[in-house]
Amino acid sequence: MRTATFWIVALIVGIAVFALSMLIKNQYYFFAGYVVLQYIVLATAWNILGGYTGYVNFGTAAFFALGAYSTVALYKLFPLPVPALILVGGVVSGVVGLGMGYLTLRLRGAFFSIATLALAVVVQTLITNWEYVGGSRGAYIIRPAKMPVLGNNYIEYLFLVMLALAVVAVAIARTIERSRLGYGFAAIRDDEMAAEAAGVPTLRLKLVATTLSGALMGMAGAPLPYYVTYLDPASGFNLAYAVNSIAMPLIGGMTSWIGPIVGAVVLGTVQQVVTVTISSALNLLIVGVLLVAFVIIAPNGIVGLVQTWLGPRRR
Amino acid sequence: MLTAVFHTMRANVIAAIATTLFLLAGAWPAAAAEPIKIGFGMALTGGLAGNGKAALIAIQIWAEQVNAKGGLLGRPVQLVYYDDQTNPATVPGIYTKLLDIDKVDLVISGYGTNLQAPAMPIIMQHGMTFVGLFGLAVNDQFHYDRFFQMQPNGPDAKHALSQGFLEAAMAAKPTPKTLAIVGADAEYPQVALAGARDVAKKLGLKIVYDHSYPPSTVDYTPIVRAIQATNPDAVFVASYPPDTAGIIRAAHELDLKTTVFGGGMIGLQFSSLKQQFGPLLNGIVYYELYTPEPTLNFPGITDFLRTYQPRAAEAGADALGFYLPPYAYAGMQVLGQAVEATKSLDQQKIAEYIHATTFKTVVGDVRFGKDGEWVEPRLIYVQERGISGNDIEQFKSPGHEIVLYPGEYKSGDIVAPYAAAKH
Amino acid sequence: MAVSLDLLLSAVVAGILLGGFYAAVTVGVSISFGMLDIVNIAHPAFIILGSYIAYIVNTRFGIDPILVSLIVAPAFYALGAIVYQIYHLAFERRGDESLRGLAFFFGLLFITEVALILVFGVDYRFVDAAYVGTTLHFGPIDLPLRMLVPFVCSMALLIGLQLFLSRSFIGRAIMAVSQDRLALQLMSADPARIKRIAFALSIATAGVAGAFLIIIQPVEPSIGRDYIGRVFAICVMGGLGSFPGMLTAAMLLGIVESVTATFYGPSWSPAVAFGFLLLTLAFRPSGIMGRR
Repeated sequence: MRTATFWIVALIVGIAVFALSMLIKNQYYFFAGYVVLQYIVLATAWNILGGYTGYVNFGTAAFFALGAYSTVALYKLFPLPVPALILVGGVVSGVVGLGMGYLTLRLRGAFFSIATLALAVVVQTLITNWEYVGGSRGAYIIRPAKMPVLGNNYIEYLFLVMLALAVVAVAIARTIERSRLGYGFAAIRDDEMAAEAAGVPTLRLKLVATTLSGALMGMAGAPLPYYVTYLDPASGFNLAYAVNSIAMPLIGGMTSWIGPIVGAVVLGTVQQVVTVTISSALNLLIVGVLLVAFVIIAPNGIVGLVQTWLGPRRR
Repeated sequence: MLTAVFHTMRANVIAAIATTLFLLAGAWPAAAAEPIKIGFGMALTGGLAGNGKAALIAIQIWAEQVNAKGGLLGRPVQLVYYDDQTNPATVPGIYTKLLDIDKVDLVISGYGTNLQAPAMPIIMQHGMTFVGLFGLAVNDQFHYDRFFQMQPNGPDAKHALSQGFLEAAMAAKPTPKTLAIVGADAEYPQVALAGARDVAKKLGLKIVYDHSYPPSTVDYTPIVRAIQATNPDAVFVASYPPDTAGIIRAAHELDLKTTVFGGGMIGLQFSSLKQQFGPLLNGIVYYELYTPEPTLNFPGITDFLRTYQPRAAEAGADALGFYLPPYAYAGMQVLGQAVEATKSLDQQKIAEYIHATTFKTVVGDVRFGKDGEWVEPRLIYVQERGISGNDIEQFKSPGHEIVLYPGEYKSGDIVAPYAAAKH
Repeated sequence: MAVSLDLLLSAVVAGILLGGFYAAVTVGVSISFGMLDIVNIAHPAFIILGSYIAYIVNTRFGIDPILVSLIVAPAFYALGAIVYQIYHLAFERRGDESLRGLAFFFGLLFITEVALILVFGVDYRFVDAAYVGTTLHFGPIDLPLRMLVPFVCSMALLIGLQLFLSRSFIGRAIMAVSQDRLALQLMSADPARIKRIAFALSIATAGVAGAFLIIIQPVEPSIGRDYIGRVFAICVMGGLGSFPGMLTAAMLLGIVESVTATFYGPSWSPAVAFGFLLLTLAFRPSGIMGRR
């Protein structure tokens, strides 16, 4: 379907999900759902750089946490409404993404990944030593009890905002996929040298990819302080964010916009359910086992499996 | 070219339905039941799990003992708990599930500030009474009147952490004039160091070394060497178990020379470190929450420890139980006594009762003041003496940990300098 | 902070000892990533496994941890061979290594960590070695045996490996397969077998490094994560496939951490170390003594 149509459909789906959610009475759904939606955004953002362009980013936590900490910094200066904070978080992380792109322009494969890891450590150390946002002592963000306008619980507001962000992120991903930008990314992923030789502006495209990916991750992180109330570097830079943002596209399928959604929903929901049922070290084990199993048995993720099951289709 | 994606409407609809089903999967409520349900999150994996597991055992012991005597208000007590994985992001979800789906009657907190603060908005929204376990100044932000902290820091936690050490140090001869402070880059040590700066100024001590280190530090010898280079009369360390171990090792390898050495060193209260270091602990001044000195014989503590210790040893948790477990148990005592006294599960009545009462618990008399903190602190600063060999049994009897502060529990005088006290 | 020569000297010496330990931790990755192009991000997990095995045997039988690790090294070798076989069948043959191999090892890292948690619990573990606690003093320089003994053993390990790689037939085959796999095939040596031996060797070194680790600091299952970054940083800074380069980078990292901790405040040492790495990657990606 055409891009404009897709945006409208995505918007409608988003509104439908929200309307259905309003029917649910208990709050737990919103808390758990927020995390799953957040991972949809993170997985989609990661996939733009990882799945489409072929550059594996280990430093998701850095961009995500920068979004969260820009919220903390602004909270102390003057509180802004959450959508504005999301934009700020996006800008901050986008700029850092651009910077990282410049630094790593000539790096390929594993070298790029290690550079992203190094970046995450440097950013974490800088934040840990920045007293204004609490440093290693952490910072408290008190969230309002009720949301603006409708007056429901604030968590429903956070859920709505994250839902909107997820819709936007997915729509952006699909738009890229069908555009010249997306073809350029794919060319880089398939064979970067050949693409350069064919005249694809690889350096510029890589910068676009890192900036966009970073910006979306920062946007996903911006509402986090309101969700957890207390934020410190150890939890903001938690390894779980890096691992999940790689595992989810991998399990869902990295070549299309639907893969990260499927991966985030499946893995995210499983993790949320396990946390409040069997609840133990098994949570980590599940991520590990799923990762290994999918990577060996289903290299194209769930999307790949479904495609094979549905049989060959016309393009 | 790009590989194939879902082109057909059918496949897209399947995906959409599946996604929606998954999203709604968590929403099915569980059925409520007859017993009194007490809900909480606890660190059973991740960095704080060592203490979390110990606390859980203590809480389970309390529940079993209460049920053996007929339960609370004649109903059996049931614990509903989930592993928060030492990850604050899980806490809002856990407490929402406990309150909205599991429909627990009472709640207590997990262990540590990071795992309590995220629960506060939800607790406040539901109007629940909340007994917190070892959170530092959590209620300073919320001023919630149904919050109570089980931690002997008192109303001024920041300064209480170093007050005892520094006052005990000032009693040493020659009187210390300079101080080195060091701690990990994490919440508790940073708060302790901030407080130490204030207390040092009040006592007239000059700070000659003031740095922090990342928790992933491997080798502490450069840090201890830098401290020694400033020739401090006293050294105050605020650390967690791995750094406590590293710093004590380094201090011995470099033969640290100072009058008083120690601080708010977490880890020294646990059996694994005591066993490992044995006589290397002699002379160190640090805080215990409990030690079997005759001045600290609170009602029920010895019985509790006798029940706790074998179970903990079997479960692989802290085998001595001098740190967190008595406080976890005492917190349940407070909650249980409040429920029995008010004959109800009404959160308002329970909170009012707790504010107005002095409780007799295994950690002594407990009275809550403003913002739910203890009215008087009870951080016990001790000095290790006469430890020989690595047997854990010697710690179970008095004489090895001489209480220096506070005055009402004092059982001996400080021995200085550190070099002399080591032997 | 007064910069006294004594303090600087001690800091540098401490850094060298620490660097020697880092080299032992990294040498396995130097082989698997530097020579075989396998991003084994689970390497620290195997190290921690080695630490725990040293811990059990040492606690039960009182044998010195390093000795234990040498005794169980063949078991680690076998483990490495099995892991490589799975990796090869699942990924290398399909020609799809990079991301999927990475994810595979990531998953392996978590599985190992959880297995350790389930078996041993989350408390910190220590070992008792006879020499821990003794320190040699030479003027202003202190050499705690706790750091010195692992350092010396690490140097022995590195020298042994270097000799093996440059003198023995299999060693040279390993170097050959890292340079030109097709040529090796044409000379009728089986690259997969050679790579399996190399990878198994790298895991065996992880077991030994684990013993060093638990002598130097207390161990619990999740500390492996602190080492992922260090290990790959050292590998890349030193230049892939070069042991002397890797050793130099390890020493540099140790010295930087030590000097920063002594003079400027330890909080900044991760930023300094990884900042160095970023700069190296940006301006000299082949590393200090890299080949490619």
